[in-house]
Amino acid sequence: MCDTCGCNLTPGNRHLAFKPVAGGATAVSVLKGLLAKNDDQAAHNRQHFDRRGILALNLMSSPGSGKTALLEATLVALKDEFTCAVIEGDLETENDAERIRALGVTAHQIVTGTACHLDAHLVHDALHHMNLDGVDLLFIENVGNLVCPASFDLGQHLNVTLLSVTEGDDKPAKYPVMFRAADALLLTKTDLLPVLDDFDPARAEAHLRELANPAPVMRLSARKGMGMDAWLAWLREQLAAQRARVAVGQSRRPAIQRDGQQYHQAGA
Amino acid sequence: MHELAVAQALVEQVDAVIDQHQAHGATLIRVRIGPLAGVVPELLASAFPLAAAGRRMQHAGLEFAHAPIRVRCQTCGAETEAAMNRLLCGACGDWHTRIISGDELLLESVELETVPSLTPES
Repeated sequence: MCDTCGCNLTPGNRHLAFKPVAGGATAVSVLKGLLAKNDDQAAHNRQHFDRRGILALNLMSSPGSGKTALLEATLVALKDEFTCAVIEGDLETENDAERIRALGVTAHQIVTGTACHLDAHLVHDALHHMNLDGVDLLFIENVGNLVCPASFDLGQHLNVTLLSVTEGDDKPAKYPVMFRAADALLLTKTDLLPVLDDFDPARAEAHLRELANPAPVMRLSARKGMGMDAWLAWLREQLAAQRARVAVGQSRRPAIQRDGQQYHQAGA
Repeated sequence: MHELAVAQALVEQVDAVIDQHQAHGATLIRVRIGPLAGVVPELLASAFPLAAAGRRMQHAGLEFAHAPIRVRCQTCGAETEAAMNRLLCGACGDWHTRIISGDELLLESVELETVPSLTPES
């Protein structure tokens, strides 16, 4: 059924679509996601990734929680194993993309100007500036922000949310929309834990569970190389799962969005 | 913050509905936003006039339908209300729950000023 051009309206169903409410006015039921245009573009991006067998990950966190440092350490650790590419999102500067390029990895910087989040169209434009031949893993580093990025699907397969131990361990309770969207939670800068007496990793995990989120919680320090093995193993496992999906023509949306859509369709 | 982007998406969608039904414009837009959607209705309401300026829905009213947070427990099967940062089962307290409402971000319906030739035959 086509719901964009109106060709699904027939003399037989027109009375269902047009419910008279007052003289000259008509109520039309739409029941469509408000961000349908973004979601359509995100689905297109995801097809793009799936056709090439790429696993796309969306990294989200506060500014300064160590997304770029984590990427640097990850790219170095995986450089002989996989081909990686990075999309960087920031309000200004090419700094982050330059840090990634210094490692010999393809990186495109999206400068959002004033926009507080990436959207599927920005990512799509970035993809046209990148050579994705042979790429296994695409990391999309979202704008540092614990609020807005959670609401926009980019076409990624997985959301990775970082929480540095210099922030509060109650951040998942304060920013439930963001942390509910996480497919993995990384507690970063854990080398600082001995000098911080107010961050309890177990409490952070408990707050995540209170959001009904079963995501794995990994503790690491990218700078000190602590806990990186579990994160790298998780990446390998997720890439293998993506390849298995692609082989049978399937894809994956970040869990929260898939669930939401499923329930909304069931309820519609 | 991102509500202006959401308002712009809303305007595009309502525009498409107006085209689809060959209407003159929209008079009332009804959206359903759950607390877990990450969009603040009040902010969307203040961003909407900016996004709709000069468009065929610029004078339309914007109405918000209430969408309470409800979860279904995967352990005991109960359906209960929950708080935004505490999505636990209200019956047994387990955290293995699924959201069944409260994360919606939906354009529910639009009231249109119709063109006479397309009104239903009575």
